[in-house]
Amino acid sequence: MDKVLGTLNGIEFTVGDTLLELSYLIAALLFVFGLKLLSHPETARRGNLWAAGGMGLAMITTLLLHKNSAGEGISITNIWIILCAIGVGAAIGWMVARKVKMTAMPQLVSLYNATGGGASMLVALLEYPAAMAGDIQSILVTVLGLIIGAVAFSGSLIAFGKLDGRVGDIMKPFMTYINLVLMVSTLALAVFIVISPNPPSEMMWAIYGLTALSLIYGVMFVMPIGGADMPVVISLLNSFTGIAAAMAGFIYNNQAMILGGILVGAAGMILTLLMCKAMNRSLINVIIGAFGGGGAALDREQGNIKEITLSDAAVLLSYSQKVVVIPGYGLAVAQAQHIAHELDSLLESKGVDVKYAIHPVAGRMPGHMNVLLAEADVPYEQLVEMDNINPDMPNVDVAIVIGANDVVNPAAYDDPSSPIYGMPIIDAHLAKNIIIMKRGMGKGYAGIENFLFFNDKTRMLFGDAKKSITSLVSEIKSM
Amino acid sequence: MEQFLTFFFEYKEAIFIIALSIFVGIEVISNVPAVLHTPLMSGANAISGVIIIGGIILVGHADLSKFSLDLILGILALIFGTLNVVGGFAVTDRMLEMFKKKKK
Repeated sequence: MDKVLGTLNGIEFTVGDTLLELSYLIAALLFVFGLKLLSHPETARRGNLWAAGGMGLAMITTLLLHKNSAGEGISITNIWIILCAIGVGAAIGWMVARKVKMTAMPQLVSLYNATGGGASMLVALLEYPAAMAGDIQSILVTVLGLIIGAVAFSGSLIAFGKLDGRVGDIMKPFMTYINLVLMVSTLALAVFIVISPNPPSEMMWAIYGLTALSLIYGVMFVMPIGGADMPVVISLLNSFTGIAAAMAGFIYNNQAMILGGILVGAAGMILTLLMCKAMNRSLINVIIGAFGGGGAALDREQGNIKEITLSDAAVLLSYSQKVVVIPGYGLAVAQAQHIAHELDSLLESKGVDVKYAIHPVAGRMPGHMNVLLAEADVPYEQLVEMDNINPDMPNVDVAIVIGANDVVNPAAYDDPSSPIYGMPIIDAHLAKNIIIMKRGMGKGYAGIENFLFFNDKTRMLFGDAKKSITSLVSEIKSM
Repeated sequence: MEQFLTFFFEYKEAIFIIALSIFVGIEVISNVPAVLHTPLMSGANAISGVIIIGGIILVGHADLSKFSLDLILGILALIFGTLNVVGGFAVTDRMLEMFKKKKK
């Protein structure tokens, strides 16, 4: 391993050095292939394993072959400490990932994203003192890794809290200004650190200050965001963690880290933009949070709300040919996915064709409804994406909206003054009958009046979604 | 300007890698079906745990002769990184297992 193969730029390199770089190349290729396979349903599981294999390889070779600038390898005591730390992390990570309830998956993904950001933040913080005074390049990547990692860390923790129902959405108009001030001061302090000619040992106060500011900004940035905007923010934070890891890759001049990080950063960014597109809004608009309230034309006559009794609903559904269920976050809150599946199997057994229409931003994270319904064993073929179901909506006898609001709001088509005007929606209003399950007459997250509720074809079924569907199921059974 | 040019020259390989990986990242996940959004995000999230390599290097060359806060924070970084990697891949696998089960 220590055999010197030759010299590059005046530095000797050995067999071990070469093998290490080679293993990084293989790891990077496994990341790319893994991600590629992950984006197709049939190969996704294999893709995940490939990427994991690449990660394992890079970890082992680093442990065995990495040398510091003085040419010393990692000593055996250090290896033990590292193995212990990895053992602790792996045991906790594995157990939580295996034991946690399926419905808690979204918050778990956020939590693990937070730990990745936290690790990047700590690595940058600890590497900063090693930088040379005035070495703008390496200080720049360190500071960027620190800020992005810290924002991803605290932001993802808040996102975790929101998905877990521990943290509410706090949205005040003045928060936009506080966030702006926070962002500007964070950036100003970062620039000050980067261009300062002082050695890092004299700048520690500034780097700790920067860490604190970035952490606070992460909290304040995610705090006001809720509802349909959550999927955007979660994939954005995911992208941040990747970029932060890539910045750390610069510190070590490690290509596997740079490639892996940027790969995730780019993929996360695409997903973020996809989510934005599904809401017809720009990313800036989501971040600044110029959403909700006002706008909607309230002068339009509202018409009347018409309720439906359980028995009427049962009859209507049983004698339909085509039923489309449109789920939203309310379904997740009520944990009504299992009973919803019972309802659809019951109807299918009566010869009714039941499909689920999935809006890209329904729920609180990308693909939330898919995970939720998969957990209840709803067959894959029954889930239809928005663009595929909409042309068929006029033939649908009953559209059941469960805990969704903005994604079926026809104001997106016909009310230019509405904040959601232009957002693609599921065309529930084209169905022959519409049943809306709602807890009460509250407005959706966006705080916009939904005229679908006042539509002549619409009947409301008030109450907790789980209870309503349960009674509906027994009502249909007793028919 | 000179500063910028120096930066580019010193990091030219890395900048090439960045430019190409952005392209690869976009290319690889374009046309991903909505059903895979969550697992894809979760799997990508696990890959971003590659920061653990930094943690290994950091603790690997840490001076153990004296007790320091830096060492504790380095170990914490390692634990965080492992949580991200192991937890991330395990959660993704479990999710995909669930998708597979209901397919048949």
